[in-house]
This record gives sequence, C-alpha cells and structure tokens, in this order.
Amino acid sequence: MRRAIASLLHTLRCYPQRCLVSLLLLICALPALAQNGVDYATQTVRIALTGEPRNLNSIRATDQFSIFFLEHSMEGLLRRDAHFELVGGVAERWEMEGTTARFWLRHDALWSDGVAVTAQDFVFAWRQVVNPDVASEYASIMYPVKNAEAINQGKLPLEALGVTALDDYTLEVQLEAPTGYFLTLMSFMVYYPVREDFYLAQNGRYFADVKNMIFNGPFKITSWVHGASLRMEKNLTYWDAANITLNVIDIPYITNDSRARFNLLKEGKLAIENGLQGLEAEQLRDALANRMRIRSHSDGGLFYIEFNHRPERITHNMNLRKAMQAVLDSQELVYKAIGIAGYIPGQSLIPTYMNGVHDKFRVEYPVQMAPLDPVKAREYLALAKQELGIDKIPPIAILCDDREVAIVAAQYLQSLFKRTLDLDIKVDVQTFKLRLDKAHNGSFDMAVYAWAPDYDDPITFADLFASWNANNNGRYSNPVYDAYVRTVQGTDNQQIRMDAIGKIQQLVIDEAIILPLYERTANTVQDPRLEGVVFSQLGAGMSLTYARVVQ
Amino acid sequence: MAMLRYLLKRLGVGLFTIWFIATATFTVMHLVPGNPLANERGTNATIRANLERQYGLDKPVFEQYLIYMSNMLHGDFGIAFSEENRSVNDIIREHFPVSATLGVLSLCFATVGGVLWGALAALYRNRLPDALIMFLVILGISVPSFVFAAFSQLFILKLNQWSGRSILPVAGWEGVSSMLMPALVLGLSTMAYMTRLMRSSMLDVANTDYLRTARAKGLSPTRIFFRHQLRNAILPVITVLGPAIAIITTGGFVVESVFAIPGLGRYFVQAVAQLDYTVIMGTTVFFGAFLVLMVIAVDILYGFIDPRIRLGAV
Repeated sequence: MRRAIASLLHTLRCYPQRCLVSLLLLICALPALAQNGVDYATQTVRIALTGEPRNLNSIRATDQFSIFFLEHSMEGLLRRDAHFELVGGVAERWEMEGTTARFWLRHDALWSDGVAVTAQDFVFAWRQVVNPDVASEYASIMYPVKNAEAINQGKLPLEALGVTALDDYTLEVQLEAPTGYFLTLMSFMVYYPVREDFYLAQNGRYFADVKNMIFNGPFKITSWVHGASLRMEKNLTYWDAANITLNVIDIPYITNDSRARFNLLKEGKLAIENGLQGLEAEQLRDALANRMRIRSHSDGGLFYIEFNHRPERITHNMNLRKAMQAVLDSQELVYKAIGIAGYIPGQSLIPTYMNGVHDKFRVEYPVQMAPLDPVKAREYLALAKQELGIDKIPPIAILCDDREVAIVAAQYLQSLFKRTLDLDIKVDVQTFKLRLDKAHNGSFDMAVYAWAPDYDDPITFADLFASWNANNNGRYSNPVYDAYVRTVQGTDNQQIRMDAIGKIQQLVIDEAIILPLYERTANTVQDPRLEGVVFSQLGAGMSLTYARVVQ
Repeated sequence: MAMLRYLLKRLGVGLFTIWFIATATFTVMHLVPGNPLANERGTNATIRANLERQYGLDKPVFEQYLIYMSNMLHGDFGIAFSEENRSVNDIIREHFPVSATLGVLSLCFATVGGVLWGALAALYRNRLPDALIMFLVILGISVPSFVFAAFSQLFILKLNQWSGRSILPVAGWEGVSSMLMPALVLGLSTMAYMTRLMRSSMLDVANTDYLRTARAKGLSPTRIFFRHQLRNAILPVITVLGPAIAIITTGGFVVESVFAIPGLGRYFVQAVAQLDYTVIMGTTVFFGAFLVLMVIAVDILYGFIDPRIRLGAV
C-alpha cells in the first residue's frame, strides 16, 4: 500500500501534465445521469416547470401547475379530447333541460385502486367546494348550481346543494337559473369527483403527497420530491387507457430561471419549453437566432387598460377616456412597441378565440371600433376639461407590474398621450402582490390589467364590469351594463345570450370603459419527435394527454 | 466553569437576538402593503371571509402575533400560504439539507482555495503570481454570482456540445457531478475574500520575531511555512468562517435557481415576493438562529486553535 502511494506521488511529481489528462479522462468516463427530453421506446416526455403545484386537492386548487397535473390525472363528467372538443368523460351521456341536468355515468370508470367512480363521489366533492369551512377560492364557479352561493355564505346546510345521486350511476343537478355554459364547466377541476372514504382517511392531507393521492384520469402522479421533481405515469385502470400513448411524463427540473431551462432544452434534456407560460423575450430571440422551430398559440390572456371609475377620480370622466381611446392604436403598440411575434392587437373585451352561437363570437359580432382621430381626441379633451372645470389635466398614474411587456406597454402609452394630448402620465411599477393590492383597493387612475377565461363562454369576459363583480377593480357601475349581464345569465338560449354580449362589447367601446391592448401569445419550442400536444386558452393551457413520441 | 457560564451567557443573548429578529420581521411583514391571500382573480366577500378565517387573518394583528409566538415556542412554524398542504417545518426539514450540502461543499472549495491562493500570493509577494491572483480576487469579489452561474452553465453546455457527451449535467440535483459546478460558483466570492485575508495575514506573520527565530534555528523552509507561518496566519480565516457558513447556506438563491437545485434559499426569497407570511417568518427565524449558532461555534473553535484565547476570561 505504502509503495503504491509512493509510486503515485512519484508519478505526480514527475509527470504533472499526464496526471491532469488522465483526471480529465476519468471525469469524462463518469456515466451521464440526466436523460433525454423524449424517448421513443419508453414513450417518455420530460419537461421543466417554473414552480411547484400549490395545492393538488381539486377542491381547493387554483394555480396553473396544480391544474396541469389535475387535468392529466383526474377526469370530470366531461373532458376535452385531442381536438379540444368537449366529449364524455366519466359521464357516458347527458341531458339538459332548463334548470335540470342529468348525467349517466359509465360503469367502467374506475379509481386507480380499482373501485368504481360513482355519482356519490361527485355529490361529496361539489358539497366540499361550497363548504365555507373548506374555503375554496374557486367556489364561485359552482354558484350556477342551486343554493351554492347561500351554502358558501353559511346560510344553508351542505345537503341543500342542488346535486343528487339518483343511483350509483345517475347524477341529477338542479341549477339556480338556466345556464348556457354549464356543460363546459364539467371539465373544470372543482367539478371533479372526490371519493369520500379516501378523502376522510387522509386527515386533511388529501393530495399533499403521493401516498395521499387517488386518480381517475389518464395518468397517475407516482413521485413528488418537493421543489425538485414530479413524475406521472400512465394509469392502467383508466377506462380509455387504450387511447393513451405516453407512458411517462417526467418533470425532473423545477426552476424559474428561464435561461437555465433554455440551456436544458438546447442540451436535449427537455421535450418542450415553455409549454405552460411561453418563452420569454430573451429566449425567443435566442430560439430565432438558432433557427429553432417556434410554435405560437394564444394563451388566452387579454391585456387592457382598466380605468378607475370611482367618482372622485379624474378617469371617471368619459370624455377624457374617449380622448385617450381616439389616439390609441393597438396595432402600433403590438407591432412596433412590443414586437413579439404572434401578439394580436386588442380591439374588444371579447378575445378573438371565443365562441359565439355557431362560429367565433367576433365573426358573428364584428367590433365597431372607435375611429383613430387625433382632432376628435383633442375635442374630447377640451370637453373633459370644461366638464371638470380645470385648465390642465393633473398627472395621471398607470399602475403595472414588473413584467417586461407590461412596462413596455405602459411606457408606450406614456409617450403617446404626452405627444398627442399633452397629458402627463406617471408609470407606477409595482411587484405582483403590491399591484394586486393597489388594484383591489382602487388606488390607481389607470392600470395595465389582464384577464384569462375561466370557462369556454364569452360571459367569462363580458361580466367583468358588472357592478357586483369582484374583479371590477375600477368600480364601473352602469344599470344598462348590469341588465345585459343579467339577460345573459338568465337564459340558455344562445342567440339571446350572444346578442346581449354583442351589446356589451359595443357599450365597452362607446363608453371607453376599458382600452383593449393586446391578446397575448405563448411561443414554445419543442422536440420534433414530440407530437399531439394540445394548446388551449383554458385551464393549464397545455395538455400532453394525447401526445406521443415518434421516431 | 467559566467556560460553562460564558456559554450560557452567549446562548441567552442569542435567544434574545432570535426573539428580536422574529418580532421585527413580524412587524415589518404586516406593515408592508399587500395581502398574502390576494390573487389575480378577485374573490367575492364570502370567499375572502372564509379564507381569512381559515388562516386566522380575521383576528387583530397583536393576537396573531401572540398566537404565532406561542406556536413557535412549541416548534410549529405553521402552514405555508404558497403551498397549502405543507407545513413550514416540512419545508425547512426537506430543503435545508440540500442547501447545507451545497453550502458545506462550496465552503470546502472556498477555504481550501482561499488558504492556498492566499498563501501562494504571500509567498510570491509583489511578483507576477501575486499580481495575477490578486487580479482574479478582485474579479471574484466584484462580479455577482448570477453572472458566474450563467457563464459556468453556458460553459458546461458548450463543453458537452463540443465533446458530444454529457460530461457535467447542465442543471439538476442528482449525484456528485451535478453538485460540483454550483458549489464552485457559490464559493467563489468567499474564496476570493479569504484569499485576500489569508495573504495579508501571512504577510503580517512573516515579519514576526518567532518566524525569524525559526529561520535562525535553521528549520527547513517547508516546515516553517506549514508549522509556523500558515498555522498562525489562519486565525482570521476561521473568524469569517462562521458568518460565511450562514451567508453561503442562505445566499444560494441565485445559484439554486440557475442550477434547478431544490434548496431553502429559493423559498426564503420567493416567500417575500409572494408575501407568504408563515414561510417568511419560519425561514427568517431559522436562518437567524443558524447564524447566531455559527458565530458562537466559531468563538468556541478559537479556543482550540489558539491556546492564548481563554473563553469567559473577560
């Protein structure tokens, strides 16, 4: 032994270069641990996430990451297929008439432990969603169901909820009022089933860790190392397992460093980036420079300027708002100031992808835009000054958060309004939570705000400025607007509903309630061997359920 | 006996410090505008009231403080706002070991490197190697770690692409190979700092009488260097070791983020942005206690390295 060490020392002393080379060779010989982004033989896909799921309990989940996992591992009465059409999930067929909906459940829908999914599982879950002690943030999505709101306020017992299991495989739902979009809610996570015996056995830790989970969807979550990695594997007890090709969806990296994730993609360790949120501007430029194939899709977000309509604010004055409207060219904003491929100039409160009666809403109800007219704008401004009884409009603050694009938009407006209307605009940049706080408290004149749809119906946008809406931060209040919203919510006749939403769309422009800026686009880069990824504007925004790896 | 009394006194002061940190953090946290429960989607009054009741935010702030302090005394930091199914205790228990592993490894790099380069620079004082090392030291101190992190990751990427194989992983936390680069990057500024410290302290020692005596006695230069000069010069490095441990284990946020490492630093920083009350409190108090303990530990370590220092003698 001693001789060996001595000879090693001798070698070291005499041939330092040779030692260095052999050390390098040794490092090179270490096996590569990290695996590739896609694997054909095992049908494995690897992706990175920017953050952890906050809460995977479908009753209380709110964030995009949780929704992503739930959409892959759970199934509601209905589901979205490979073309994003609404088709039967746990329910085989259904009937809807007025305020009653009835669902017939398939007998081969099973939980991952082999027990059948029954109508009682839905009754239990829905009651928990509106249970005031559970405090689900998405409880309001359940409000179309009879008595849901009263139960959530603690005025009625849970049993009063309008959902009944007629037998193990028949579910009847009573609604508060005819609800045209009720069926589209059936694929939303708060409407997923939860099995009572399993839920109670977890002692408040339902879906907190892998051992507290049970699934009825296409995949099972099989591993979760907090803050580090997650893994989903095909659920063999799923009734439609024959149509699921992927075996594994692996998430070995969780980091919010966009550069790190992009480096992993270049290294071939990821199948897609960034599927859930889209590439950031820097990585998009990098991808373009490297001639990677970029896929763009609308992620559903509509960005707009929200005005503060409280009477004490200067933005309460309609002529001032109309003056700004008459000089704002959203095309110039999108194509010149923002300049990210795929962004759509904002024209209406209802985004382009929303469906109307038979076709896209915006095709059936084209927007009557307010014309771009600087002369008219100055007339509006003079009128506003006259009404307000002032010679000069005091400085106006635009509230926005610290995201790059939002700041670019705010700065564009700042210079635009200065140039054309001689208005002094201050850009008030705040961190996310502080911006929310200021917006909810109404301490702003104008704010760059965004909204994404909760469900597949234009009313998810159109009711934003109803006087009672919790998201109406500017406290816009107009009985005419409210009446339109009530019309939409009171009937399931699609023609009447869409007509009313068409009127709302026009009212938003006529009174310049908001100024639409742009519809955001998410850009992604993916491995060419990955096919069948479904992007959408709803839920998590990306589904790998029907994806596959080709050779 | 004096030693024991000294220790008790230090621990007492330490406890007071931790209480102060907790109270100050709690106060400032509640003074910051914003609501931890606020979300992009505004919630109606019913839902908001239900949520506040569940998190105990409907009570007066002082009552919340008393409840929090009493829970903390029982070792319960509460449930995280941002990950609703996890207690802050679990977050610390699962993620601190990762940060600690990374921290210890980078501290090894920093200490070994710092002592080595510092000693070398002192040995070649005012000659080319000294100038070169000192230049690198300035670079190491002044360039922030996120630049080094990004560059080193790019370097790994290019290295792997050039060699056509995965020599080192670009990111992740699996096995020793994935720890090397992050540890090196994280320890870099501490290493630079220690190099400077070591160099000046080596030069101080070089002019002392006992070193001249040793040379006069005719001891071999190697023996003088290791037994007399290095051992006496290393004391200042030990001094900064305590705070350095705390800084490295807590300051790894950027490195953890760039290399996708599931450490505690990430939670520490993100909690502030998300106004996650319980995680802010838990991690701050934990790191505060850790820092206090490290400083006490280093003071005790002194006694062993330098027999002239008697703890509690003052």
